[in-house]
Amino acid sequence: MRSRHSLSTFLKWLLVACAVLVSAGFVWLIGNSDIAVLNPAGEVASQQRDLLVFAFWLSMLVVIPVFALTLFVTVRYREGNKKAAYRPDWSHSRILETIWWGVPAIIIIVLGVVTWRTSHTLDPYKPLADNSQAIEIQVIALEWKWLFLYPEYDVASVNLLPVPTNRPLNFSITSDAPMNSFWIPKLGSQIYAMKGMQTKLHLRADTPGSYRGLSTNISGEGFARMGFEAKAMSNDDFLDWVRTTKETDSYLDSKSYKELAKPSTLDKPILFNGFKPTLFNDTIASWMPPSHSKSTSKQEGGAH
Amino acid sequence: MLGRLSWDALPSDLITLGAAAGMVGGGLLIVAALTYFKKWKWLWKNWITSLDPKRIGVMYLLVAGIMLLRGGADALMMRLQQVTGAGADGVLGAEMFQQVFSAHGTIMIFFVAMGLMFGLINIILPLQIGARDVAFPFLNSVSFWLFVAGAVLINASLVIGEFSAAGWLAYPPLSGLEYSPGVGVDYWIWSLQIAGMGSLLSGINFTATILKLRAKGMSLMKMPIFVHSVLGSMLLVAFAFPILTATLLLLSLDRTLGMHFFTSDFGGNPMMYVNLIWAWGHPEVYILILPAFGIFSELVATFSRKKLFGYTSMVWALGAISLLSFTVWLHHFFTMGAGANVNAFFGIMTMIIAIPTGVKIFNWLFTMYRGRVRLTVPMLWFIAFVLTFTIGGMTGVLLSIPGVNFQTHNTLFVVAHFHNMIIGGVVFGYFAGLTYWFPKIFGFKLHERLGKAAFWCWIIGYLLAFMPLYVLGLMGAARRMDSYDASLGWQWLFMVAAAGAALIMVGVAFQILQLIVSIRQRKKLRDTTGDPWDGRTLEWSVPSPAPVYNFATLPVISERDPFWEAKQHGDTRQAPAYYQDIHMPKNTGLGIVIASIALVFGFAVIWHIWWLAILAVIGIIACIMVRANDEETEYVIPAAEVARIEEQAREGAA
Repeated sequence: MRSRHSLSTFLKWLLVACAVLVSAGFVWLIGNSDIAVLNPAGEVASQQRDLLVFAFWLSMLVVIPVFALTLFVTVRYREGNKKAAYRPDWSHSRILETIWWGVPAIIIIVLGVVTWRTSHTLDPYKPLADNSQAIEIQVIALEWKWLFLYPEYDVASVNLLPVPTNRPLNFSITSDAPMNSFWIPKLGSQIYAMKGMQTKLHLRADTPGSYRGLSTNISGEGFARMGFEAKAMSNDDFLDWVRTTKETDSYLDSKSYKELAKPSTLDKPILFNGFKPTLFNDTIASWMPPSHSKSTSKQEGGAH
Repeated sequence: MLGRLSWDALPSDLITLGAAAGMVGGGLLIVAALTYFKKWKWLWKNWITSLDPKRIGVMYLLVAGIMLLRGGADALMMRLQQVTGAGADGVLGAEMFQQVFSAHGTIMIFFVAMGLMFGLINIILPLQIGARDVAFPFLNSVSFWLFVAGAVLINASLVIGEFSAAGWLAYPPLSGLEYSPGVGVDYWIWSLQIAGMGSLLSGINFTATILKLRAKGMSLMKMPIFVHSVLGSMLLVAFAFPILTATLLLLSLDRTLGMHFFTSDFGGNPMMYVNLIWAWGHPEVYILILPAFGIFSELVATFSRKKLFGYTSMVWALGAISLLSFTVWLHHFFTMGAGANVNAFFGIMTMIIAIPTGVKIFNWLFTMYRGRVRLTVPMLWFIAFVLTFTIGGMTGVLLSIPGVNFQTHNTLFVVAHFHNMIIGGVVFGYFAGLTYWFPKIFGFKLHERLGKAAFWCWIIGYLLAFMPLYVLGLMGAARRMDSYDASLGWQWLFMVAAAGAALIMVGVAFQILQLIVSIRQRKKLRDTTGDPWDGRTLEWSVPSPAPVYNFATLPVISERDPFWEAKQHGDTRQAPAYYQDIHMPKNTGLGIVIASIALVFGFAVIWHIWWLAILAVIGIIACIMVRANDEETEYVIPAAEVARIEEQAREGAA
């Protein structure tokens, strides 16, 4: 067995090494702009980042004492240290146990209140409190690409999501494929895309830029290549984009949609100068039970 | 005649072919060795047909160990794919990668973690409650062999056909006929269905054992804390596994008979599947972790030479965790579009679990406080557990906040979190337990230095393998990606993770080496006292390895930690005034026969060989009738024989 001296030296160095490593890690983590969730570019993602950071420090109130205590009891009460007190039958203390039932309970109550409130303020179904004109975007997850329909502008795109900054983005999302999850990390909140159902998501881009979008839910062979580019730009640039897209010559009708929906992955985005207006609702309805298939009634995702 | 089965089912690509050849070759090698050394009869008499829970437990541990190698190989292949998948197809390609991670998750949970758990419970639980056996010894054997049948079936998919590519929980519609027409998902369903049936029977068996077979005087609040944790876990098994059975049955009806429970069309609802599978799946992780908590409680007290701090708190915390585990399943899919009230409710229920779990950690640390802590290998696992589990608990609390979860769901952040809990909690717990109880099982200790080497490889490898995944998750890396854009700059983080996974496998290699060296040095490492660690509970009062009947005379309990108290008063190991005949269950081969037929049934249904499936059902019913009509299921160990065995053990100790 190692001598007492070398054990405590070893532990000391281990501790120093850990502390250096952890602090270096944190500095790198905070300074690294590649970390999308910590470097938001939209309203919702900013609030979520703040919530994450708050909850992290709140839980540190328990984590740090646990780490310190673990280290302390391990070193102090190791068998070799005869100076330490030894009370083999001491196994109960009402005060101590009240503290460690009580303090975590208080922390969880605080966090619970915050959770309740933010679950409502950050509810993906809730439109953002913003007076500027919102833009409606319909999203259909396909095998293995994303189709974006802009009903107000009558243009559509695949794997490219141009959006104006500082305008609420109202997404309606469905799937014509296995379940996917629609996520743009820099803008915030993901939500499932499910067949025969519609989910909703409300976001806003604050800074212009090109942001990575993806599906986080496995949906078959091409799932990892199901990325798209969310391009946030000024409203004028956005309208420009609509205008140039209008000038292309491919229209998305039922027939070309069928072709598009076949399993495939894409290298480049596709643009359409218009689309069949009922396409989104038709896609949902096509998965309805037979008795409902003629109506265009929508089934909301979840129990919302 | 053979349904969907044809020559096309055999592997065609090199990697699968290699793996299949290795597996079949290894199997043949074992068969050849057993034949050459004429060990078949020994194997059949002493192990396969044994109803002794200690033997069954050892077999559980063996199968779990083999499956750990398979699951670990899968993990290495996954990281290799992701390292080579930066802007490229990678070494495996998407389709095979998806089969590999589906197999990895399924195997690690069902056949490694569950196997380690049932192995240790089988061996230790009867000893700790002062019983000679479990409540239903034959059912126990059936449970174990069903577990093996499931393991065989999942490995058979490597040789004949394919495995599911739909993830370890196989969400429809991806796992439905429309998107997964092959046999992969059916293999997944039936290996889980068969193994799950075994788990359910075990859950009932151990619940009954704890409630009915405790030694005289051992009231519920005098039970060792490991027994409490097993009781909580087994009650969860009894309540949660029927949900799994039903859900898998509905999915197989969809797939096999064209029904519409979970399909997207004809009124089916995939969301129902996701709810049901997690209504089982969340309790499942507590099923695995509770006994690990129990193990830690036992060894912290032993290795601190001190009473467990806050026993009553510990019991209530276990109860609270068990109960709460059924109220949190929706936190696995906040992003499905349930309302804010629903999400907030499940989020808050989830974080409440942190309170009793935190209490347990403080109680363990205060067990060490003012103790005499021996830093043995089990204690190293324990300290590593406290540190990693606390990090995992913290990220778990973060994930339980719906607003945060929307930004972390389905990313590698989640993968890092649950490996934090399952490796840092469950696996470390069972490794600690295995090292702690090894002398009781085999009569000699495990080699200490090699154990420490294995530990350091595991813990450092673990940190390297999973800490980068937290960062990748926050960078927006989804889980289960076979490939990603090279410009994202993620490759080096995957390389670190791969290096960590490799280091963990070095740790596993050390564990295998440790086992070999310990067996070779078993004379030197022999435990002659039956009490190598200065233990506290009843299992240490009997010789090591424990005799087949466990206790020559059934103990009577008046306090917690009865063996420790007895040692304080100096009255251990006295021969009783007289011995009595002991009745033990006879060996029977029906357990393995029933499970083999179940295996045939599963295989037949997967490949749509209906005549064989019907024959198999008839076969199982016939076996049950044979057993039900067998009235001579016990044999007697005469008092003189008991006296002889006990005398021998006392001489060894002297």
